[in-house]
Amino acid sequence: MKALIPVFPLKGILIGGLWCALFCGVFIPQVRAQVTPADSLKLIQLNEVVIISAGKQLDHQKQRKPLSTLDEFLESSRSINMVKRGAYAWEPTMNDMASERLAVTIDGMQIFGACTDKMDPITSYVDVSNLSEAQIGSGQQGAAFGNTIGGGINLKLDKSNFKPTGWGGSLESAIESNNTMRVFGGELNYSDEKIYLNTDGIYRKADNYYAGGDEEVKFSQFEKYNFSINSGYKLAEGKSISATLIYDEANDVGYPALTMDVSLARAVIGSVGFNQNTLFGNLSNWESKLYYNTIKHVMDDTKRPDVPIHMDMPGRSETAGFYTQANLNKEKNHFFLKWDGFYNKSYAEMTMYPTNGDEPLMFMLTWPDVRTANVGFYAEDHIAFQKNSLKLSTRLAYHANTVADDFGLNSLKIFYPEMDRTNTRFLKSFSAQHHKMVKDFHFNGGLSYGERAPSVSEGYGFYLFNSFDNHDYIGDPELNTESSAEANFSVTLKKPIFEITASANYFRIFNYIIGLVDPSLSTMTIGAQGVKIYTNLDYAQLFNASLSGRYTISNAFKLSGNVSYHRGVDNEGENLPLISPLSYRSAIDFYKNQFSASLSVDGAGEQTNYNPAYGETKSAAYATLSVSFGKRFFLKDSDLFLKGGIENIFDTNYSTYTDWNNIPRIGRNLYLTISYSIN
Amino acid sequence: MKTLKYILAIFFLSVSFVSCSSEDENPTVEQNPVEGLTMIYEIPAADHTVQIYSEKQNLEVGYNEILIRIKNLASDTYVANAAPNWMPIMHMETMQHSAPHSMLTNTDESTVYKGHIVFQMASNDTEYWEVVFNYSLNGQQKEEALRVAVSQPTDELNKTQVFMGSDDTRYVLAYVNPKDPKVAVNDLQAVLYKMENMMSFPIVENFKITVDPRMPGMGNHSSPNNEDMTYSSATKMYDGKLSLTMTGYWRINLKLLNANGEILKGEDVTEANPESSLYFELEF
Repeated sequence: MKALIPVFPLKGILIGGLWCALFCGVFIPQVRAQVTPADSLKLIQLNEVVIISAGKQLDHQKQRKPLSTLDEFLESSRSINMVKRGAYAWEPTMNDMASERLAVTIDGMQIFGACTDKMDPITSYVDVSNLSEAQIGSGQQGAAFGNTIGGGINLKLDKSNFKPTGWGGSLESAIESNNTMRVFGGELNYSDEKIYLNTDGIYRKADNYYAGGDEEVKFSQFEKYNFSINSGYKLAEGKSISATLIYDEANDVGYPALTMDVSLARAVIGSVGFNQNTLFGNLSNWESKLYYNTIKHVMDDTKRPDVPIHMDMPGRSETAGFYTQANLNKEKNHFFLKWDGFYNKSYAEMTMYPTNGDEPLMFMLTWPDVRTANVGFYAEDHIAFQKNSLKLSTRLAYHANTVADDFGLNSLKIFYPEMDRTNTRFLKSFSAQHHKMVKDFHFNGGLSYGERAPSVSEGYGFYLFNSFDNHDYIGDPELNTESSAEANFSVTLKKPIFEITASANYFRIFNYIIGLVDPSLSTMTIGAQGVKIYTNLDYAQLFNASLSGRYTISNAFKLSGNVSYHRGVDNEGENLPLISPLSYRSAIDFYKNQFSASLSVDGAGEQTNYNPAYGETKSAAYATLSVSFGKRFFLKDSDLFLKGGIENIFDTNYSTYTDWNNIPRIGRNLYLTISYSIN
Repeated sequence: MKTLKYILAIFFLSVSFVSCSSEDENPTVEQNPVEGLTMIYEIPAADHTVQIYSEKQNLEVGYNEILIRIKNLASDTYVANAAPNWMPIMHMETMQHSAPHSMLTNTDESTVYKGHIVFQMASNDTEYWEVVFNYSLNGQQKEEALRVAVSQPTDELNKTQVFMGSDDTRYVLAYVNPKDPKVAVNDLQAVLYKMENMMSFPIVENFKITVDPRMPGMGNHSSPNNEDMTYSSATKMYDGKLSLTMTGYWRINLKLLNANGEILKGEDVTEANPESSLYFELEF
């Protein structure tokens, strides 16, 4: 810390100020009574909550397409963009930052993908059938979920939570025309005041999809199923235990943007929890959880024609962890305290089969059994004043990486002869967020500082091929901690019939980690252009701005729209890769007498700020139009819900800045969903 | 719990490291000096035998490390101060020639003598190798000739090069180490001799051998942080570093440079020229 202050005085002052504010906030005499309405508190706690709960609430207005994949749900969020390598397992990005800069958790559990090529973001290991909502926090607002730069996403599992609803169940099915996707799902739930049990299963199978103009995108098929059990038992009033088990398996997943597919991606995710309403008299909502998950990911190129060399690339990732959290409510200070930790093992290997069968197999460890241990403490204080409120938060974490495998350690020592087996860091995050209401205006502003450790690939990856820029990547175990200073501001005008929000954030990221070409190195992958080493840039800058609005035309008609602008440059003013061009989305929704309809347009401007050095080509402007209709029927003891629609009505052939190798997106697609539920 | 296990594991590892290194410093004399070696030949004489040991099961074309000891049959002890030397000779149909070889020197154990021979060719039914040993026993000078079989290495990999340099001198370059290559930075070692005449192969000093490992099966992939081999007067060999990024078949492309930096043999590896004419082959 001390060393940093002279270099970045601004950062030092910022941190000092935040600390000061945090403590001052705690000890300010509490004179004024709390008058701030509860929902405005929520407004700055999380930037966005995306409701998912597939068949449960059957809320027409919130779901344009109920049985769509989780990826599509997340994409509908204002703050999330999805990087696509095919029809399946998209990678979420926030504020133009991807997995390694985000904290993505499932019900508070840390899970890490087992694929060195990021073909399995953890969002691919759950399904909409398991989830109730996605909680999204931008920048350090997401630090509650883990160390992050860009933000945090927590996918909340759907639980009955001792609601006296008794038995209930539902069956759902959907078909989609474009890739003949079939979805079958069902759930069976029981809940009373003493016990609850939620079970669900979902199966999806899709063939290749067709881009606009009837262009078949080969190797875009997938098949996946997912089962989950959630249960809880009340020990006494205000005291309960819970257990969760999720099994997710995908087979035959095609990746048109890559040179190989996936034959198996399997996750087993389990947890046990203990919840108590109060603790030590002062604390409330005490929640603790122990969890374990294991992921296996096997890539397969046997179905591809003309591979220069056949290879096997299995990977596995195991994580065990815990968290315990509670609220502490004082008159004006609302504290949230969390202590969490995890231990992860990431191992991946590559075996190549030489064309000349007499030669021995070629073997390397691409992730050298890296053990990551992280223990962190998170605290936030939400201080309510009259007409305004302040949220202060901090995360302090100890983070250690160790290379457990000697073969892997020796491999990396080819590049870093002096490297240590173990690398430890202390990671800090501080944030202050202020909210003020002036008449109908809500002002939100915040300053924060956060740090993150390099990911396993960035630190220890060994010849990981990235087909986006056609380079092999090698990690650097001696990378510096990446840190970010962030400022955000938003203003919302809220009237009964309309609401309009303008928001912007700016990140100045120090020691920004990115792969830079090392021309002295020789490629490993046949056909690759070069080798990149993960390197710390002095800094990079990211700027995001958006304008969104909602207008209630009448009781039945609602109009909404959103336009966003993004910019990212490195320390030399060069464009960073995977930064969104100007994009927009607008929809008109109709809802009356259990009948709903919507017409929406999505589009983006031409990508003017791109960087060929990172393998980017300019993506052209596009717009797509979609329409949906839904109707809910109340039968005797049950509900029947039908929803259908057409996406990309004009069959536009387009690809966006996030599409690897400019693989075109899905063309015109008709879908129909049937949901039948019994209470 | 896992962290604890891991810490324990590290603890035990470090303990074992410490204990290993202390053993290296104080070698236990009780150890069998030819432990793990194969006695490939035993020359019977009237009152003694000459035992010949190798790491391999038989002698092969290329670099062979050989240990000998002389057993006094009467006292059932091994002889120290035998001051042995040797001379390998190839008996061809029309001529004879020798092979590059080191002196036989004492090891830590005074009764065991060690040296190496680089056989340039295999023996067959009509052309054979003979090694003539001279040593002293009880103050008397003895000589024993042993006919040995030298075969091509079973892996059929090229680890020995006999070539004419651009200075019109014939050289013999032979791979020594690593015997057991790893995915790591390996210590690379080779011996270089020149042919003065049919019977004399002196060591060449102060030349340089550049190292460029490649995987022809992987688009001629190479590795970083290799170090060219230079002469070490301590080992009388050429030492360098060899980085191998994965297991498999590697072709170690070499160039031989004399003390003035002039290339005597070998070419740079480029797009147009994927391999050097001077090379070793490895598989692991």
